[in-house]
Amino acid sequence: MALLEFTDRGIYCSRADVYIDPWRPVKRALITHGHADHSRWGNEAYLCTTSAAPVIRHRLGEVNIQTVNYGSTTTINGVKFSFHPAGHIIGSAQIRVEYGGEIWVASGDYKTEDDGISEAFAPVRCHHFITESTFGLPVYRWRPQEEIMGEINDWWRENQSAGKTSILTTYALGKAQRLLRGLDTSIGTIYTHGAVENTNEVIRRQGIDLPDTVRVTREIDKKAYPGNLVLTTPGSIGQPWIKKFTGAVVGSASGWMTLRGARRRRGADRGFVLSDHADWSGLLAAIEATGAENVYVTHGYTAIFSKYLRSLGLNAVELETEYEGEDVAEEDKLAEKEAES
Amino acid sequence: MKHFADLFRKLDRTTKTNAKVEALADYFRIAPPDDKLWTIALLSHRRPRRTVNSRLFRSWAAELSGVDLWLLEESYHVVGDLAETLALVLPPPTERSDHSLSYWMGYIQGLANYDDEGKREAVMAAWRGLDTTERFLFNKLITGGFRIGVSQKLMTRALSKATDIEENKLAHRLMGNWTPDDTTFEDLVINASEGDDDSRPYPFYLAYQLEQELVELGEPIDWQAEHKWDGIRGQLIVRGGEVFVWSRGEELVTDKYPEYHPLADLLPDGTVIDGEILPFAEGRPLGFNVLQTRIGRKKVSKKLLQDAPVILMAYDLLEWNGEDIRPRPLAERRTLLEQLVDQVDTDGVLQLSPVVDYTDWNELAAERETAREKNSEGLMLKRKDSAYRQGRKKGDWWKWKVDPLTIDAVMIYAQRGHGRRANLYTDFTFGVWDGDQLVPFTKAYSGLTDKEFNRITAWVRRNTVERFGPVRSVKPQHVFEIGFEGIRKSTRHKSGVALRFPRMLRWREDKPVEEANTKEDLLQLLEQYGGG
Ligand SMILES: [Zn+2]
Ligand SMILES: [Zn+2]
Repeated sequence: MALLEFTDRGIYCSRADVYIDPWRPVKRALITHGHADHSRWGNEAYLCTTSAAPVIRHRLGEVNIQTVNYGSTTTINGVKFSFHPAGHIIGSAQIRVEYGGEIWVASGDYKTEDDGISEAFAPVRCHHFITESTFGLPVYRWRPQEEIMGEINDWWRENQSAGKTSILTTYALGKAQRLLRGLDTSIGTIYTHGAVENTNEVIRRQGIDLPDTVRVTREIDKKAYPGNLVLTTPGSIGQPWIKKFTGAVVGSASGWMTLRGARRRRGADRGFVLSDHADWSGLLAAIEATGAENVYVTHGYTAIFSKYLRSLGLNAVELETEYEGEDVAEEDKLAEKEAES
Repeated sequence: MKHFADLFRKLDRTTKTNAKVEALADYFRIAPPDDKLWTIALLSHRRPRRTVNSRLFRSWAAELSGVDLWLLEESYHVVGDLAETLALVLPPPTERSDHSLSYWMGYIQGLANYDDEGKREAVMAAWRGLDTTERFLFNKLITGGFRIGVSQKLMTRALSKATDIEENKLAHRLMGNWTPDDTTFEDLVINASEGDDDSRPYPFYLAYQLEQELVELGEPIDWQAEHKWDGIRGQLIVRGGEVFVWSRGEELVTDKYPEYHPLADLLPDGTVIDGEILPFAEGRPLGFNVLQTRIGRKKVSKKLLQDAPVILMAYDLLEWNGEDIRPRPLAERRTLLEQLVDQVDTDGVLQLSPVVDYTDWNELAAERETAREKNSEGLMLKRKDSAYRQGRKKGDWWKWKVDPLTIDAVMIYAQRGHGRRANLYTDFTFGVWDGDQLVPFTKAYSGLTDKEFNRITAWVRRNTVERFGPVRSVKPQHVFEIGFEGIRKSTRHKSGVALRFPRMLRWREDKPVEEANTKEDLLQLLEQYGGG
């Protein structure tokens, strides 16, 4: 029996009777990170990194969570589990599983560029590597974060000089905080949608520094917005909420903004290519660094990416999971529900 | 190409019409005249002939980027745009070149003189010196289908802003049979007088779909109604003893329809008729599928002329005795049109689109119900006092199409979408019951909301029966109402029928699969509406 198996509940280690990021309720779940498609409700016990826990707790409420630090080993029925930085969002981890000399790594979501706020990705040597493939096509190649942040700040300045409000859409957990770190606060005030601000509060409480933001409320005079920036979720565009920012310009930060079609469908005036997932070369570099001969490809362009890996001589298979890539509808919904409550 | 690339970036970065027009007007103020001319040509569908074979073009991109050809093809499938795919996979430029748009257009046209190896070297040299946006444009200019979200109308508006020449005048000047090689910006735009070119058509007047109740239109007597014939809207021009036929896509199609050639002698010079290029035999229109056999064919064989003869169903008269009569009321134009058609014997090639005889709106509604039998798409309503305007305008003209045909079908296969939707199942195949079997009869991939696509995707993942490459068969569990505009017999489709414009109208979650329609229902629709 393989050390990890792929079942209809998720990635399963039968020897330890634990699941990694299960999508149906189980007794014991090891969680790579707090995004909705990886940390779901209803498990009896959760294990995640210390820095991932606050957000998961905030989202799932009173659940039984144990935490571990990166690199420390938890042994369950002889199987050694440890968490290693995935560079995806704060607290995100690759989960290393070892038994009898065989090593597996389930990487959840990851990116190889150090974004300065998430714990930087660290490759882990293994025999079997489970990788995402959200952007597993050679058309996806990221430019350095500083360049993109430069573009975003320039855009904000331009809008400001035209007397316009800049609305920047992004995911409430992860990308929003990364953007906050990179925005030039000398330009103006950063306003936030409740979905973003709730997450910010949790992150600040765990001792991570974020620039000052102002939650958008009914009490704020509409005239206060022009020239400033509003950070919000993609789902909030097209809702009545957005109407108070008349004449605003909408920008969207996501890896999908690489493609013109995606930009058009999102209805954004401006797309910024910034992702918390690895690009084509990032995925390939990460896989190579593991030294793994067996690669299991989950969410994304699974079929194409695994075919390519096979052409490199790797033993690669595609897996059907219920993880979603960037642009997760469920993620939006969750964040918005939070904001309503 | 920096000017042009900047323009493109500005256009691409806004969804707001005014901002686009402003960007384009700025460009028309500063760009060199030759570049302006090329920009006008490109934005009015006057792209030069293709000089590079698409298969070779891809293989050169694969070579330069070190990406396997199959992977490039897969990427193209996801991105959905070849020029964009190639621009994204190519390695960063190794040098920077800066030439004008007209330089590049000349470069691309010049490729026609090279052999494949020469073309390869020239294309690669170009790629090495261009950044991602410029490459995208270069690729677009080579591969064609140049669309950058600016209609000819918006371009004309911008040009009007930049030149202070009236928009309607410009629209007319830009029509006709010119290319950037046989005119200049000065001659075409600034010095032109409208009579320069005999072939020059008038901009078409297009209608919106009627949204309101008929009674809101006012008195029936103020409106002229006729059928909206299901062919290709066209403009027939007789000037200087010659005939010219334009399709609505502003393509000169005179050669494709020799039926119209005798009209050069029969109609007086200075005649322009707006009508429908319509396949027609034995006193009635044939289906649009008959016309399809002629679209895209340059050479028209005798057999084709016999199997798919066309007439011009005349709607309107725009020029009469050399005079532009578009500003006159429709009632007057119609009278002149009737006189004109009566005067000449064209052996049925030129026919008057009959006006519907009705006194109240109910009678008109009843006439619309006959549209399918008559092979028309529905009715057109035109205010009798309306001028012939240009472009799509609300108020004076409305189209009132028949409701789509519908059938309730069961989803049996699902396939992933493109681009951002590559993670979603959006392309479905539907079946109807034949006994206890479901027979596939159509595909559809539009009509659901993003939310619905998300839900159906989650369901497909859990209910896959078998996989065939990118396609999965799923449990027959969901019923969708499929809407379509027409149905015809087809030997290419397993079910024996082909639908026109199929799409999902509704997800019928209230309907158990057993209650979906049957093959018999489908054949009945074919019998009823598939004739001709
Ligand atoms: Zn994630
Ligand atoms: Zn994920």
